[in-house]
Amino acid sequence: MTDHDHHHDHHHDHSDLSETELRVRALETILTEKGYIDPAALDVLIETYESKVGPRNGARVVARAWTDPAFRARLLADATPAIGELGYAGRQGEHIVAIENTPELHNMVVCTLCSCYPWPVLGLPPVWYKSAPYRAKAVKDPRGVLQDFGFALAPTTKIRVWDSTAEIRYFVLPMRPEGTEGWSEDQLAELVTRDSMIGTGLPKRPAEVTR
Amino acid sequence: MDGAHDMGGVAGFGPVRPEPDEPVFHAEWERRAFALTLAMATPGGWNIDMSRFARENRPAADYLARSYYQIWLAGIERLMAERHLVEADEIAAGKMLRPARPVAKILKAADVPVTLGRGGPTERAATTPALFAVGDRVRAKDMHPPTHTRLPRYVRGHVGRIEALRGVHVFPDSNAHGHGENPQWLYTVSFSGADLWADAPDPLLEVTVDAFEPYLERA
Repeated sequence: MTDHDHHHDHHHDHSDLSETELRVRALETILTEKGYIDPAALDVLIETYESKVGPRNGARVVARAWTDPAFRARLLADATPAIGELGYAGRQGEHIVAIENTPELHNMVVCTLCSCYPWPVLGLPPVWYKSAPYRAKAVKDPRGVLQDFGFALAPTTKIRVWDSTAEIRYFVLPMRPEGTEGWSEDQLAELVTRDSMIGTGLPKRPAEVTR
Repeated sequence: MDGAHDMGGVAGFGPVRPEPDEPVFHAEWERRAFALTLAMATPGGWNIDMSRFARENRPAADYLARSYYQIWLAGIERLMAERHLVEADEIAAGKMLRPARPVAKILKAADVPVTLGRGGPTERAATTPALFAVGDRVRAKDMHPPTHTRLPRYVRGHVGRIEALRGVHVFPDSNAHGHGENPQWLYTVSFSGADLWADAPDPLLEVTVDAFEPYLERA
């Protein structure tokens, strides 16, 4: 492990670029030489998660649930096939469970052991979700986490934190914001933030988007 | 294993720092490391539990010093070295020093959508009835295997309530070590925050974990 003998004085993800970069390049060269990888497959994988699969998928699911009570019921009963109706399925979303926020209960999702996250609906997890501070704090002080994100939950609201320790992937169905009566599914999807589907945020308010 | 990866409730990491308008990747090498990791599972033949163990099974200082994709990179380097697919001297040299080992299959670009779409479902047919039912009180065992497990330390020894049955799933503790899928009933178990964290009780906090049947005993 010669590439990590030096000292780190900050919370990385931007450190060691050149050395790590060289190592990744070396690896890709060797794997290609040995015929273990198709370099074009790497491009497709990257393109998939950089441009196609992301939190806009989840926003479509939430907006559908807000406008279609039968879909909402199917989503809460068995989320994987319900999400599949919109064409979202596959890796790291084989067994999805949707959990509903209510005025009395706020849900938050974490993976304290690694980075489990529902890829088909949210894409790849952000750095903070995978970071030590979130993984450590979410299960002990989730209200403090919400403060880190800049909002406070009413002190009387119950909070349930779902630690994704197996292959079930949790997906929060946030509450539909007030003042959106009559909005279309497309308009509602604009209000749904990634963090509101993890439980570290709320959907945008109508005033925050231009209709 | 009781490693640095098992972070629930650990103090001292400071506040969560969200990054506004965060990109999916922060550097080109992250893109390539991510994609290499996904692609190499096909010729490598390892499963997700083996991958997780290869990432987490390292000294705490090493785990904590690496960024997320650096851990992924270290993980595939280990998995490949164990199978003599690519060895450390080759990475240091930046080129192939030994001929390729035969592999059954590689991931072709054209197969990526189908492979991702299929994913890796872990649910298996039940062959035994579930030991516990919704509402049962169970204790998470106080176990500390040196091998891979998905029972986080912060619930061990605590009593919770069966919240849901999730079916029978591949058991990571076996699958990570090549001992087969050994499928087990999986439960969502809820714990009260006040019980887990007696020093900082939040009476309105509930924490759930997904626990395999061998992790639990009746309380």
